[in-house]
Amino acid sequence: MTRGERRTLLIGLAFISPWIMGLLLMNLYPVLATMYYSFTDYVVMARPIWIGTLNYREMGTDPVFWQSLYNTVSYALIAIPLGLLFSFLIAVMLNQAMIGRSVFRTIFFLPAMVPFVAVAMIWLWVFHGQFGILNYGLQLIGVDGPNWLVDERYTKPSLVIMSIWSVGGAMVICLAALQDVPRQLYESAELDGASFWRQVWHITIPMISPVLYFNLIMGIIISLQLFIQPYIMFGPEGGPNRSALFYAVYLYENAFSYGNMGYACAMAWVLFMIIVIMTWLATRSTRKRIYYAGE
Amino acid sequence: MQGNNVFILIKRAILYLLLFGGAALFLIPLLWMLSTALKPIEQTMTMPPQWIPYRHYVEIDGERVAARPGPAYQEDGREWIRVMPEGEEDWRVVPADEVERAVSPRWENFGDAIRAMRYFPQYLRNTLVLVILTVIGTVSSSALAAYGFSRIDWRGRNRVFLIALATMMIPFPVIMVPMYTLFQTIGWIGTLRPLWVPTFFAQAFNIFLLRQFFLTIPKDLSDAARIDGCGEFRIFMQIILPLCKPALLVVGLFQFMTTWNDFLGPLIYLTEQENFTLALGLQFFQSQHGGTEWHYLMAASTIVVLPVIVLFFFAQRQFIEGISMTGVKG
Repeated sequence: MTRGERRTLLIGLAFISPWIMGLLLMNLYPVLATMYYSFTDYVVMARPIWIGTLNYREMGTDPVFWQSLYNTVSYALIAIPLGLLFSFLIAVMLNQAMIGRSVFRTIFFLPAMVPFVAVAMIWLWVFHGQFGILNYGLQLIGVDGPNWLVDERYTKPSLVIMSIWSVGGAMVICLAALQDVPRQLYESAELDGASFWRQVWHITIPMISPVLYFNLIMGIIISLQLFIQPYIMFGPEGGPNRSALFYAVYLYENAFSYGNMGYACAMAWVLFMIIVIMTWLATRSTRKRIYYAGE
Repeated sequence: MQGNNVFILIKRAILYLLLFGGAALFLIPLLWMLSTALKPIEQTMTMPPQWIPYRHYVEIDGERVAARPGPAYQEDGREWIRVMPEGEEDWRVVPADEVERAVSPRWENFGDAIRAMRYFPQYLRNTLVLVILTVIGTVSSSALAAYGFSRIDWRGRNRVFLIALATMMIPFPVIMVPMYTLFQTIGWIGTLRPLWVPTFFAQAFNIFLLRQFFLTIPKDLSDAARIDGCGEFRIFMQIILPLCKPALLVVGLFQFMTTWNDFLGPLIYLTEQENFTLALGLQFFQSQHGGTEWHYLMAASTIVVLPVIVLFFFAQRQFIEGISMTGVKG
């Protein structure tokens, strides 16, 4: 390395030094510490006691753990595809030439700006079994609405509905990608007599596939960590029959209410692994279908 | 061609129908919040729901006063109704046809909700302090780091940047417990510090956003300045940053949103009500008054939502472009 190169290196490192400190203090150290704690019996302010893999083995026989995992994964498996579908469909509609496009875009995006705590409050009231606006709306079309937040069959669907309401961010990303698709592609397809849906399937989706993939990964990461809405709406116990006890809520409760920080750390690692595996599966199953224009 | 036109017309009609329907569904929860926030409690629990808040007025001693209506009954061939004038504790009986109904939003619900929250001024102050500190922290530290990752060609730069990208994958629960322990050891639990100090250590997502932008500025610009003997820090401050104001604004806006919305952080690190943020305070209020006083809960929620919506309308373009940018290179 020449003197000049060394100088450049040092200046570069100086500029990124805030990030390096952050990496060590807020990524590397805590990730390793969590790993260590996950093999210990650990209560705040006490010395962790090494217990080997006991926390991990305990998870296997903890029915509440399995319940929370089931709730979270089943929610994610429905909320992620629906979120992708709705963000895509709304974006396709908004991508048509029409009057009032920016007004519609604002309206569909607005709920995504609402802080999650307020989202939880609003929907507590919207879902209210007796006086909620949703059941009133259902009554207008002749449907007898359920008691959404009290009936254990409807707690997870309630959260799925809420996640669709907040789909605005993914929608905006989709819309931006749609606007980059070259017009000529549609024009020549039009000349060949391709129908609207054929164009969507053969042009739109392949052309914006990197963005759909991005939204898919974000969907996985966000929905597996869902915390605020279930915590506020159903409390730390997870609502009727623990039907809305989410993984992150149970993890939080273990760490900060039950004083099982070691167990919580083991759960955190398992969550990390689940996210990695689901991301990997999503990547593997879509890789061949993603089209990067630049490559 | 006639048939084709009709077909296009039908397609348009379906499109607008779907858009109007969808837009209505997306707006209703927000309107429902606002409507409830402006109603007296007895109008929140009616079926069918009433969207427009109203008040009842009666004439008492020649003065028109607002009053809460009670039960009505028949006597002497007339219908009578009990009313309690606002601010009084006693029922009066007046002829039912003298009671007047008029549209009247209860703006005082906001004041009442704020008073019911007791520590609201502290919540607001803490949230504003955090917003200011975290925006400063994030914008300054990520601008520095992004500069180092884009405008200086040091050996190994791109490999180190991959590490930065990889840290975005780490879920908060994985670092939550050790961070808590760390802050506990240095006595920061129960203070605002754990919520803003970390933002001075540039997070990968913001570095990524800014770097994308920094890379679009021609290299020659920096090189010319270097030849003129300009130091790297001066190039950063006087040439690059002024050109990147839009991107810095986006990062600042995102951080504002993150801080305003953050719930898990305050829930873990804050112990006393005087230190709570608005988001945590709202949840605390709900845990105390939830389930019945919907008008206050919705008023309090509106107070939390409104600044964000207002900000959005002022900076809509930046928000939309910023979010689009996150997906571009995903």
